[in-house]
Order: sequence, then C-alpha cells, then structure tokens
Amino acid sequence: MIKIENLHKSYKMGNNTLHVLKGIDFKVDQGELVAIMGSSGSGKSTLLNIVGMLDLLDEGQYTLDDVIIKDLDETKAARYRNKFLGFVFQSFNLINYKTALENVSLPLYYQGIKRKERQEIALSYLEKVGLKEWATHLPSELSGGQKQRVAIARAMAARPKVLLADEPTGALDTTTSFEVMDLIQKINEEGKTILVVTHEEDIAKMCKRIVRLKDGVIVEDKNVEQVLASKYV
Amino acid sequence: MNSLKKIFDRDTWQEIFGSIQKNKVRTAITIVGVLWGIFIYIALSGSAKGLDNGFERQFQKVAMNSMFVWAQSTSIPYDGFKIGREPDLKLQDVEILRNRIPQIKYIVPRNSRGSFGGGEPANIVRNNNSGNYAIYGDFPEFRKIATQDIYDGGRFINEEDIKNNRKVCVIGERTASDLFEPDENPVGKYVRIDNIFFKVVGVLFFRQGSPFDSDSDVFIPFTTFQNLYNTGNYVGWLNIAAYDDADVVQVEQDVKQMLKRIHRVSPKDDRAFGSFNLGEIFNAIMGFAEGMTFLSLVVGIATIIAGIIGIGNILLISVKERTKELGVRRALGATPGEVRVQIILESVFLTIVAGILGIILGAFVLAGINAYTIDMTDFPYTNPTVPIYFVLGALFIMVSLGTLIGLIPAQRAISIKPIEALREE
Repeated sequence: MIKIENLHKSYKMGNNTLHVLKGIDFKVDQGELVAIMGSSGSGKSTLLNIVGMLDLLDEGQYTLDDVIIKDLDETKAARYRNKFLGFVFQSFNLINYKTALENVSLPLYYQGIKRKERQEIALSYLEKVGLKEWATHLPSELSGGQKQRVAIARAMAARPKVLLADEPTGALDTTTSFEVMDLIQKINEEGKTILVVTHEEDIAKMCKRIVRLKDGVIVEDKNVEQVLASKYV
Repeated sequence: MNSLKKIFDRDTWQEIFGSIQKNKVRTAITIVGVLWGIFIYIALSGSAKGLDNGFERQFQKVAMNSMFVWAQSTSIPYDGFKIGREPDLKLQDVEILRNRIPQIKYIVPRNSRGSFGGGEPANIVRNNNSGNYAIYGDFPEFRKIATQDIYDGGRFINEEDIKNNRKVCVIGERTASDLFEPDENPVGKYVRIDNIFFKVVGVLFFRQGSPFDSDSDVFIPFTTFQNLYNTGNYVGWLNIAAYDDADVVQVEQDVKQMLKRIHRVSPKDDRAFGSFNLGEIFNAIMGFAEGMTFLSLVVGIATIIAGIIGIGNILLISVKERTKELGVRRALGATPGEVRVQIILESVFLTIVAGILGIILGAFVLAGINAYTIDMTDFPYTNPTVPIYFVLGALFIMVSLGTLIGLIPAQRAISIKPIEALREE
C-alpha cells in the first residue's frame, strides 16, 4: 500500500540545514496498523507529513497504492489527499462553526458529492463512531473524545486508502484515549490501513507493528502482539 | 469553467454563509464600510440630479436656447457710412433672418416703452387709479419663446388682435392689483393707455424670464403699438429661439452677421448689434449642475473604493485568523483554486450585500429630502433620482473591485502551506 525508498528530507534554518530524515526505507501493506514512535525531533511527524502529502520529499521515492507520488503541486496534492488519505490530528482540527455532521461531510464536499448523498454518508459514519445523536452539535458542545471521534468519522467519510493519525490521543485522558484506540482498531479490523504517530508506549502496543525512529533513521521495525483497547474500556 | 460552476452551486454559498455568519462582527464592520461608501455615492449623485432638475424646472418656462438681439451704434466706418451710425432693426429683417438661418425655430420682434429700448412708460388710468407701466408691443408667437401664463378667464394677444389692430391689452398682476379692486375681475374691463381706451383681455401670472421683466408689464398687439406710438416698421429688439439641437452661440453669431449685411455694417463691427444669450447663461448653470454631478460621482466612487479596500483589509486579517481552518480544508482535499474562489466570493458577496443595503438607504434618504423640499418652489431641488446606469455602474465597480481586492487575501490564504497552517496552535 505504502512504499518508501531512501527518503531524505532536510529543512533550511537560516544558514544551517537540518537533516531530518536520513534515508528511510519503509513499506506498509494493506490492512496494517502501524505505530510510528520516536522522541520529539526524531522525524516521525515529518515522515507522516510526507506520507500525507502535506510536505514534499527531497530525495527518494514514495509510492501510494501503486501510484508514484511525485511532482506534486498544491492542486494535485489536494486531489490525492482527498482521494487517498484521511487525517486525524492531535488537536482534532474540527471547523468550529460547523456542526459535527457538516464537519464530517466536508471532505465529501471537496469530492464533489451532492449535498443529500453527502449528508447520508456523513450520518452513517457518525453512527459508526456512535455520535449520530450529536450530528447537529457544534464542536464546542462536544467532549474531547467525542471531537476526536467526529474527526475520525470525517477522515473515514472520504473512504481513503490510508488513515493517518498524528498523536490522535495526545490531547485526551487515558480512558478516552483507549476509547479512541478501540475505534481505530475496529476500523483497522474492517481492512483499513492505518498509520498512528505516537510517543505513548501503551498506545503503540495497541497497534500491530511498531516502527521506531531516532535521529531520522528507522532503528527498529517489529510486529507486536496487539493489545485490544476494548479490554480497558 | 469550474469556478463559474461554483458560483451557481448552492454548496459554495453554504460554505460562504457559514464563514460569514461565524464572523458576525467582522461581517458587520465590513458591510458598514462599503454601505457608507455607496450611500454617500447615491445620496450625492441623487442630490446633484435633484439640483440639476431644480435648475431645469426654474428655467422650464423660458426657451433655454433663446436670445435677444438689438441694434446699437457702429464702431467702424463702412460702405461710405461714418462711425457712430445707429442702424434700426426693421420688421422685414425678421423674414430675412427666418429664411436665411435654418436653426431659428421662432423669431419674434418686440417693441417697448418704459423698459428695455427706452421711451416713456405708458400712463394707464382706470377710474381714479393710475400709474406708469412699461408697455410692450407683441406678437402671439412671443408665448412660444417665453411661456406666459394667463390667469383663468383671460388670454394672451392673438392673430386677430394683430390683424385688426385691436385695442386690447394683457396686464401684469401688479398692474391689475394697482388699478382694480381686489374682488374685481379685470378681464373685459377697460383701461386708458396714454388716453386711448383698451379692453383688458388677460392678466399675466408673473414669472421672471429675463432680467427686464416686471410683474407690472402691459402687453398690447404689435400692430396697435405701431399705431399708438407711430413706430412704423421699427423693431425694438428681436427675441430668437433656436432649435434644441442647435448651437445657440453659433446662431447668435449668424444672426448678428446677417443683420450686419442687411444694415450695411462692417462684418468686423462687434458693437453695432448687441445681444443677450439666455442659452449661454443656461448652459453655464447647467454646466455647474453637471460639474456637481461629476464631483458627486468622483467623491462617491472614491468612498466606495475606500470601503472596498476596507473589505480587503478585514478579509486579510480574517484569513490570518482562519489560517488553521483553511489548513484543515486543504488537508481534507480543498485545492488552492477552491480556497481562492471561496475567499473571493466572500469578498464579492459582502460587497454586493453592503452595496444593495447602501443603495436602499441612499434611496430612503433621497426620498426624505425630496419630501422635505417638495414645497420649496424657490429652492432649485426637484425629484432627486439616480440614473439606473449610475447604480449599475457602481455595482459593477463594486463587484470588480471586490473581486480584485479579494484576490489579495485569497492569494495570502493559498500561500500558506497546509502543513504550516496545521502546525500553528
């Protein structure tokens, strides 16, 4: 599903060049649930941003669903993101003047799906995350866990190939974190490929595979025994 | 085109309404800026039009392209005549001018005593009342040039009066009140003008046409005037009205040039014939009104532009505020083009709403001023309106400037990379 070869990325900071990713080779198959771990500055977010086409690579090759991702201009990147990827952010990033339903239907709007159909799809995804009754509520009326579930519904609504979660539980307490992880695991069980960036060990253990980054290189890549989040909920 | 399709897409508008509703204060302030601009524009140009109409109303009873021409004395010796000769205008000059100068619509010879043209005013007696009043010898066509309103029951001099040298007269309203009792109708009564009895056939409603007019003027048929004062073919001066599309200044030149030929005066002699061109003065006043209209356009449009720049400014700030939201939209698959169209449409939409509100408000104020000044007949202000093409022009300017100014925040919005937008906490 995802294939990354010899990925390099550096940032210019004034006169200094910060070499963040120093040759990453990395492959994710369909239906995997991968945790990307590392301390801050290890390059895990940069990797996710490149996978998410929010950032451009300097060197190497990135293939997503057998499509080589290159020569990205903003319009092309936006189309790919819309078609291939779903994003879940640490700070939810819901649009605060839109209701839960409108937030979930937003990626469908950019896919050019008709309003009525859009709302039906959005509502079905809200139901999936257990928030059908909250469809008309604004984000400010939802708890943190609910917001993240709306965000997951939004990421799923566009039927992406890959779900990218950047510290999805970073702003949540433990119980809520496990609820969100439970949801992510269930989505994964349905066959969705998911990448989770986290620095929390217990969250990483709920994935099927852990990739550890340190100073821009992969130091460990192992499959793990998945801990089911539902046990803690 | 894709963006054109977007304009008519209900979803696009829902996105725009959403973002506009979210920022109520911003929306209100933005709207006030442009609203004020178009309000000033409408109120000013409407008032200028009102002034224009007002002047036109005040002049409506005078043929606006009319002039007087009279004889003075020569200043250049010519054709054997020495300097200082005083040519007399003659009745036959009228026919020649009418035939030779096609731009002349009406040409009316007039004579008078006690006013323009000299002579003693007529002594008019009625019972025990008497007074001295300026007297005019006139043709019926005079009314074509300077509209004379006669009080009900009366009439002006007509063709029969001219043909039969009738001893009839039209008197001014002050003359009527001087000579007759307040409850008396002068029409059909007799007065003595320089010891000859005349029948009063009408009382004139006074309206200032030229500076020489007075509310006590007395009018008798031209032919009767000839007999009474023994003037023969002498003409005091000519009243000439040109066709509406004629150049009055040119007609004035042509008439004087023709008179010089008839009366054997040097073509270079500028003093032999005098003239007073109402059309020229009218043009000057209308030019002033047009200047006012122009000024109001300039001021109004400048104010609109200021308002639209305000919109751009506020949208620019709001784009900064919305960096994160726009980043999320981009992450969810909004292309730069879609973001750009949205910001521009927000700008245009705000501009149009503000513009329409401003037009309505301006129209209300104009209606208010109109209601207040409708009874003030002396004040040159009538029916203040704004021509529809002024309004459409302003709307067009607003939409195009709204688009242009919207481009700045839109460009700013898409220059922010989604990753940077999302990183911003």
